[in-house]
Amino acid sequence: MSGATLIEVRELVNRFGAQIVHQGLNLDLYRGEVLGVVGVSGSGKSVLLRSILGLRRANAGSVRVFGEELLALPPERRSQLERRCGVLYQRGALFSSLSLIENIALPLIEHAGLDRASAERLALVKLALVGLPREAGTQYPNAVSGGMIKRAALARALALEPEILFLDEPTAGLDPIAAAAFDQLILTLRDALGLSVLLVTHDLDTLYCICDRVAVLAQQRVLVADRLEVVAATDHPWIAEYFHGPRGRAAAQAAQRAPGRA
Amino acid sequence: MSALLAERAPSLRTKLSVMSTAPYITAQEASRTDAPTGLRIGGDWTLAHYARLQSQVLDLRGQLSAAATIDLQALGALDTAGAALLVELLGQQRLAELAATTPGLASERRALLQTVGAALLDSGEPLPPRRVATWRELFGHIGQTLEQLYQQCLALLGFIGLCLTAMLKILPRPARWRLTSLVYHLEQCGLNAVPIVALLTFLVGAVVAFLGATILADFGASIYTVDLVAFSFLREFGVLLTAILIAGRTASAFTAQLGSMKTNEEIDALRTLGLDPLELLVLPRVFALLIALPLLSFIAMLSGILGGAVVCALSLDIPPAMFLALLQENIALKHFLVGIGKAPLFAFLIAVIGCLEGFKVSDSAQSVGERTTSSVVQSIFVVIVLDALAALFLMEMGW
Repeated sequence: MSGATLIEVRELVNRFGAQIVHQGLNLDLYRGEVLGVVGVSGSGKSVLLRSILGLRRANAGSVRVFGEELLALPPERRSQLERRCGVLYQRGALFSSLSLIENIALPLIEHAGLDRASAERLALVKLALVGLPREAGTQYPNAVSGGMIKRAALARALALEPEILFLDEPTAGLDPIAAAAFDQLILTLRDALGLSVLLVTHDLDTLYCICDRVAVLAQQRVLVADRLEVVAATDHPWIAEYFHGPRGRAAAQAAQRAPGRA
Repeated sequence: MSALLAERAPSLRTKLSVMSTAPYITAQEASRTDAPTGLRIGGDWTLAHYARLQSQVLDLRGQLSAAATIDLQALGALDTAGAALLVELLGQQRLAELAATTPGLASERRALLQTVGAALLDSGEPLPPRRVATWRELFGHIGQTLEQLYQQCLALLGFIGLCLTAMLKILPRPARWRLTSLVYHLEQCGLNAVPIVALLTFLVGAVVAFLGATILADFGASIYTVDLVAFSFLREFGVLLTAILIAGRTASAFTAQLGSMKTNEEIDALRTLGLDPLELLVLPRVFALLIALPLLSFIAMLSGILGGAVVCALSLDIPPAMFLALLQENIALKHFLVGIGKAPLFAFLIAVIGCLEGFKVSDSAQSVGERTTSSVVQSIFVVIVLDALAALFLMEMGW
């Protein structure tokens, strides 16, 4: 799977005071692939995500999204590029003063130029697409469960039909059935819409089921980014423990048994 | 959700690479020709063309006969928005049949159409919005507001009781005093507020002296400006201005602090750790304000009188020494005691209202804002009403 490079991170350096999070980090995301980013807690996965999205100015190095440095662009151009990225934050980050439908309709009204009625109509479609019932749309984020928030947040991330989808721990906090359905949903959407997905996760099942490539973040850089088999075979103590520990083995076996996965 | 588990065609991998090289969003017009016997659907059915396509879909939907032939061959780009429109136009069943029979349709397109179709089928028809008569809504609102007011008063009284009992319980046990927290809050709401309190009361003192000078000069009694400034600041303005400032500055801070802790489930965490949020969070704040507000009021009184003295010296030719002498001669100690005696009461109420409103925050950003507003409004209201009542009472008593 080698398409055009959508995201290009080169020699990224991120520091918080004396603490070095990234040192010379390189990462690519190709069109149409699902790239999983794994790493020890505190290895800077979220910081990497924030650097790519332009929410944090890196101390050094370059981050190119669609071939352009987000932070160097004039605001108008940057906003255009940002509309081509959908982000699902770890805790959903739904606007708590808007109902689920209004949350999804907001980017449609602001950016796609739809009137409120059409936007909410389309928002209902997105809501249905992520498997939420219509009645849930009028609820407010503080009244629904964590799983529903995740799905609604995914619907919002998909609202503008993005080309790149960023998922920060998409299946964390979901029950296994919902998590499996979520994985499948992402695959379906990827295939149908030609999405490229960058997902940060700790969920081994997700890695085995939907990721085309896996990047391992450790020692302040990307140790290896390749197909799962190659990564799992890499000789590194943390990687070995991660993929060949009890959970890793279970996930690998489950993936082998599962139909539909080549 | 199970409907979303669309089967993946074996040829998918190769198809994807073809698709990924094609331009994603082209400016090509969405075109459709309406023929009596059928529809030809083509072009880019994407979000960018949604508004225009939607009006056409709404026009056509009713006219479409069951026998009409639909041609999807020329379909360009397609996203979920476009797929949803197709479902709306053709109906889920018909679209599914079409998707299965159209030869040129890529498998991922088919999957998208099926996914969107199935998702829309699952969710059913929209619920009709409920209509309520305006007058009923009006009376409903009035009732709700009154009920809320009653509940709020009840909750405040209950919370005051809780705080008082907790304070009494903790006073004889110095081991359970949260000294670090107390000192921190003393700094935040006491020390850090000194400059603003001193400056504002100085200015108000000057203004009162000017007013007094202007009016009393007509009676040739400008010397009484000294009494006016001293009386008003010792009895009323010193403590009242400080209390209002602190209500705006500290009650809001308390509400926002406790509110965001509540949102973050920190208060629940304290409870489940077997700790009393009242003892840990509320009492240090209440004690801090109980100490800080009287001190700040004292500063306010001095600063206000100083402002008056400066105006007297500059525009009334009353030198500071004479000002002090008049002060000593005419103003009894009881006026100071009356003023400063109100400070602890105001402090307690401001702190309690700020904390209670913080606990009332539910987990939305809007609620934090509402509760903060409410805490400032309530505490200022309570302070002014109590001050007015106290003034009446004390005047009648001749104190």
